[in-house]
Amino acid sequence: MNVRAQGCVTGSEIAPRTVRRENGQREVFCGLTGIVWLHRKIQDAFFLVVGSRTCAHLIQSAAGVMIFAEPRFATAIMEERDLAGLTDANDELDRIVTQLIARRPDVRLLFLVGSCPSEVIKLDLSRAALRLSRTFSPAVRILHYSGSGIETTFTQGEDACLASLVSVLPPAEANEDQLLIVGSLADVVEDQFVRMFEALGIARVQFLPPRKSTVLPAVGPKTRFLLAQPFLADTARALEDRGARRLAAPFPLGVEGTTAWLRAAADAFGVISTVFERVTAPYRARAERALVRYRETLSGRRIFLFPDSQLEIPLARFLARELSMQLIEVGTPYLHREHLAEELKLLPADVALTEGQDVDRQLDRCRGARPDLVVCGLGLANPLEAEGMTTKWSIELVFTPIQGYEQVGDLAELFTRPLVRRAKLVA
Amino acid sequence: MTMQLTVWTYEGPPHVGAMRVATGMQGLHYVLHAPQGDTYADLLFTMIERRDRRPPVTYTTFAARDLGGDTAELFKTAARNAYDRFRPQAMIVGASCTGSLIQDDPGGLARALDLPIPVVTVDLPAYQRKENWGAAETFYQLVRALAGPSAPAPGSKRPERAAGARPRCNVLGPSALGFRHRDDVTEITGLLGRLGIDVNVTAPMGATPADLAQLGDADFNVVLYPEVAGQAASWLQRMFGQPSTRTIPIGVSATRDFIDEVATLAGVDATAVLAGCATRLPWYSRSVDSTYLTGKRVFIFGDTTHAVAAARIAADELGFKVVGLGTYSREFGREIRDAAKHYGIEPLITDDYLEVEANVAALQPELVLGTQMERHIAKRLGIPCAVISAPVHVQDFPARYAPQMGFEGANVIFDTWVHPLMMGLEEHLLAMFKDDFEFKDGALPSHLDVRDVAPMDVAPGAPAEPATEVDSVADAAVIWAADAEQELRKIPFFVRGKARRNTERFANENGVATITIETLYDAKAHYAR
Repeated sequence: MNVRAQGCVTGSEIAPRTVRRENGQREVFCGLTGIVWLHRKIQDAFFLVVGSRTCAHLIQSAAGVMIFAEPRFATAIMEERDLAGLTDANDELDRIVTQLIARRPDVRLLFLVGSCPSEVIKLDLSRAALRLSRTFSPAVRILHYSGSGIETTFTQGEDACLASLVSVLPPAEANEDQLLIVGSLADVVEDQFVRMFEALGIARVQFLPPRKSTVLPAVGPKTRFLLAQPFLADTARALEDRGARRLAAPFPLGVEGTTAWLRAAADAFGVISTVFERVTAPYRARAERALVRYRETLSGRRIFLFPDSQLEIPLARFLARELSMQLIEVGTPYLHREHLAEELKLLPADVALTEGQDVDRQLDRCRGARPDLVVCGLGLANPLEAEGMTTKWSIELVFTPIQGYEQVGDLAELFTRPLVRRAKLVA
Repeated sequence: MTMQLTVWTYEGPPHVGAMRVATGMQGLHYVLHAPQGDTYADLLFTMIERRDRRPPVTYTTFAARDLGGDTAELFKTAARNAYDRFRPQAMIVGASCTGSLIQDDPGGLARALDLPIPVVTVDLPAYQRKENWGAAETFYQLVRALAGPSAPAPGSKRPERAAGARPRCNVLGPSALGFRHRDDVTEITGLLGRLGIDVNVTAPMGATPADLAQLGDADFNVVLYPEVAGQAASWLQRMFGQPSTRTIPIGVSATRDFIDEVATLAGVDATAVLAGCATRLPWYSRSVDSTYLTGKRVFIFGDTTHAVAAARIAADELGFKVVGLGTYSREFGREIRDAAKHYGIEPLITDDYLEVEANVAALQPELVLGTQMERHIAKRLGIPCAVISAPVHVQDFPARYAPQMGFEGANVIFDTWVHPLMMGLEEHLLAMFKDDFEFKDGALPSHLDVRDVAPMDVAPGAPAEPATEVDSVADAAVIWAADAEQELRKIPFFVRGKARRNTERFANENGVATITIETLYDAKAHYAR
C-alpha cells in the first residue's frame, strides 16, 4: 500500500540510513502473546485477558501446546450483553475476578489485560483495577495493561506489562547506586549475568520483571538501567520518569553485543578497564570458540528477516558481524531509533531495513531474492519451505535463552539447524 | 451471567470456522476486517495441518491510529488488492470480533467495489457463536449464493435421472482442519464408487466456487459432518429436492446402515458391497484376546458427530460400558441427550475443560475417548486414552492413511482404541513382576509421556500411586492398618488408586475407623460389578 523510503540520521558519525516503511497487511502476533512467557517469568502472577473468544484462541494457539495444568492465564470472554452495557461488563468483571481469586489463592499479582474488543468499546480497565484493588489489596495487587493488537505488536505486550509494573516499584534509597536489568530473560541467563556483575564488582543488580511480585526491584534517581530487550520503549520512559537513567548499549546478543552491553554497565559503575578485560576475557574466548563451527556453515549465506519481535536488528548485527552472513532484508515491526542507536551504528551501511509490513509485497521481495535462509513467523514458514526456501521460526528466538556469552553458540545453532537439516535430507 | 471465564477453549471464534471453509476450498478468497493479532489463525493451518500454502485470507490489520480515520477505506483497499493479486473466482467478506465492533459493513463496502466476481457476505456474530457454527454458516451462505441461481422454480419436480446414468451425490462437510476429513473423503468416495454412485461435488474440501454452482446436479447429498454441512444440506433439500443422508458411517454397524441408506437414496443394490465388506473389527473383537475388553468403563467426549458414533462402537462393537458421554457443541445438544439416554447416563454438555476433567475424575473410567484436551486430562489421571474428535493437533494429521469412516476407519479405530489398553495390560504384567530386580514399583507406565505426568516415586516406601491419588478421600479420618496398606500395594498400580478410594469410601459409609485387610476385601466385594 503506502511505501515510502525515508532517510533518517541514526547517529552523528554514520551516514543517513534508508528505512523502507510499509503499512499494509501485517502478519504478526498481538501483544497478548507475551503472556505465554511472562506468566512463566513472574511466578505468582495471573494474567486475565478481558477480550473475546479470539483472544483465548490466540493465546492457546501461540503457546503451541494444550494446557498441562491449570495455567496462570485466562480470558474473560465478553458476550453480546457486555458490549451493550458497560455497567454490566464491570459487574461481570468483578464477579469473574472474585471467582478467580477464590480459586487461585497462590496468586499475588493480577494483571487485567486489555484486548482489541475491550479497547474498542472503551472498557476502562484502569478504573476496574483500582476498584478491584480496594477489595483485594493487600493480598492481591491488581494492575492493568493493554495487549491489544490495535496498539501492540507481539513483544510490545511485554513492554506494556512492565511499564504497568514500574508504577508500583518501591522507591530506592536516595544514595543507593544500583543497576536494573530490564526485560524478560530466562532464569539461567539472569543467574549468569548476576555472577558476571558480581565478578565485575557491581553488587546491587536487580531484574524487571522479577520472579516473584512480592520482591519488586526498587527504583530511584540513582538507578541506572540496561535494556536486555529491544522492545521496551514505554517501560524505559516510565523508569526515566521515576528518575532512573538508561545506559545506552547494544543488546546482549552475540559476543560483541554482550561485551558492549556489559561494558556500558561497567563504565557507568566505574569498573576499570583492566578488570573488565580480565573478567570477561575467558567468557569471550569460550563464546568465540563456540561460534567457529557455526561460522563455517553460515558464512556468506544470504538471510532475509521478516518483522516479528523487534529483535531483528540486534540479530542481524550479530549474524552479519560475527557469522559473516549477508543481510538481504531486515524487517522490524517498529524501529525505536533511540534504543537501537548503538545497534544501527554496528549494522552494515547498505542493509535494507524495513519498518512495518505489507506481507504480500514483502513475500514478493523475498521470493525475488531467493535467500539461503528466511526468518519468519509460523504462518509463513511451511508455505515458504514448500516453495523451496529454508526457514527459521522467529518465535523460537523469543522463547529460547539466547542472551549472554554462554548462549552465543545456541543462538548461532538456531540459524544453522535448518540449513544443516535441509542438506541432510535426500528424499 | 454473560462474561465467561475461559482458560482453554474447544472451539475458536466463528471467523476461524469461515477460514476452515475458505482454506478447504480452491479459488476462493476471504477478506477479513480484523486487527493484526488475528493473523495468528494462519498458523493453525500452516503448522497443525502442515499446509504448503497460506490460507487464502487477507486481513485488513487495522490499528488504533486507523480507528479515528477511515477504516472503511482500508477495507476497500485490502479487498481490491486481494482481488488484483489473487484473482479468485469468488470472495467472502466479513469481520472478526473486533472488526464487527467498528461497524464498517464489509458486505456493503465490497459491493461498492463492483468486483467482477461473486462476493458473499458472511456475517458471524462473534460474541454469541463459535467456530463450528461459523463454518456451517459460511458454507451455507456460499452454497446459497453460488448454487441458488440454478435452483428450479419452487414447486417444480426434480427431473428424473436419464436411463442408464449412474446416480450422483455430493459429499458435504469436509473442511480444512477437520479431524481425519482428508482420509474420510477418500474412504467414502471409494465406498460410493463400489456402490456404483458417482460423486458430483465434494465440498467445501477441494471445491471451487464454480463447483458449488453445480451442486444441484446431484441426486442426493451425503452429509459427513453435520457440524459443517447440516445447514447447507437442509437448504439444498428445500431448494433442489435433494435428500440427505442421516447416518454417519463411523463404525461397522453405522457403515452398514449408511450403505443401506445410500443404496436406497440412489436406487442401487448394496448386497455385493455389504457381503464383501473388508473389516477386521468384528473378528478382532470376538477373538479371545479381546475378552479383557469386556465391560471396560469408557468416557467419551468430542464434537457430537464423533462422540455419538464412538459411543455406538464402544457399546455394540467392542463390548465396553459407556459411563460418560458429552460434547462441547451446544448446537447439537439434543443428539447427545438422546444418545446418553440410550446408555442410561447423564449427558455432559460443556465447553469448560475443567468440568470435563472433574467428570472424568469422578467417573473413574478405564478408557477415555476424547479430543486432545481429554488426552491431556487422561494423562494427568493416568488413564489410557485415544483421540476421536477435533479440536485438532498436529498428531491428528498422520502421514499414513487413517480414516475414521467406512470399513477401513473401523480397522483404524480398533487399533487406536485398543492399543492403549493393551499397554495397560503390559503394565499389569509389570506390576505382577514388580519385585523382580528389573522392575520397580514406582516406574512410570511406559505408555504415558513422562514429561507430563507427575513422578510417581513419591518417597521410598510410600505407596506409589498414579496421579489419581489426588482425588483420594483425603478428608476422611480413616486410618490404614499396616498390613492393609501392604495388601493394597499388591494391587496393580493402575487400579490401585480406585481401590484405595473405594475402600476409604466404604469405610466411611460403614463407620470403619481403621481399614484392615478384611475391610479391603469387604469393599472389593461391595463394589464388584
